[in-house]
Amino acid sequence: MSPRAASRLESLGFEQVYDYAAGKADWGSFGLPLEGAEPSETRAGAHVRTDAPNCAPDDRLLEICKRLEESGWETCFVLDEKGVVLGRIGRRAIRAGADVSAEEAMTLGPSTVRPSARLEAIVERMRRQKLTTLPVTRSDGRLVGLLTLRDAEQALRRLGR
Amino acid sequence: MTTTIDREHVQRLIDEGAQIVEVLPQAEYEDEHLPGAVNVPLKELDPERVALLDRSRPIVVYCYDWQ
Repeated sequence: MSPRAASRLESLGFEQVYDYAAGKADWGSFGLPLEGAEPSETRAGAHVRTDAPNCAPDDRLLEICKRLEESGWETCFVLDEKGVVLGRIGRRAIRAGADVSAEEAMTLGPSTVRPSARLEAIVERMRRQKLTTLPVTRSDGRLVGLLTLRDAEQALRRLGR
Repeated sequence: MTTTIDREHVQRLIDEGAQIVEVLPQAEYEDEHLPGAVNVPLKELDPERVALLDRSRPIVVYCYDWQ
């Protein structure tokens, strides 16, 4: 839509027109402030657990399982060197505890949400899909953290929604 | 020719006094918009509406994402 708007402005005689094509989804996903009727507390980004475990593709699953056992987490995100989510190690892989790499153990392409996503919509989706957690990523694919259904529901109750 | 820019470039242009224009419908603008942005929906980009914009300053347009 914005390329068309930029073109239209140029046709109306404007000479210095720039198109921020990634838009407000990109802006919000980097935690930059937005103004409006929907405050940031109603968005996923405000309730993310940023201490969710992560590992590199070459890390060994057995080592990861040991770390998870100590921390109490039941999931681990596999990130590349830029912090982009490659996959997720879930409960099934952790229980199996095979002597493989994180890359071999991970599930590819986990569902994600943006920090600017509305909590109400996320909670509805998590209930429908029977999800207890959802990773939150920026528009460039980097991990922000993990949103739990419990945290999201509590936040909505606090907000009176 | 329009220049497509990234987030950092938008921030620099805001600091330099650019006008930020959200071209989504009004309801979406009211929900959330970039700080200081004005709303001129794409369907209303006519000579009358854009007369409110300053031709001497850069204009950054945006919508939700790459749509």
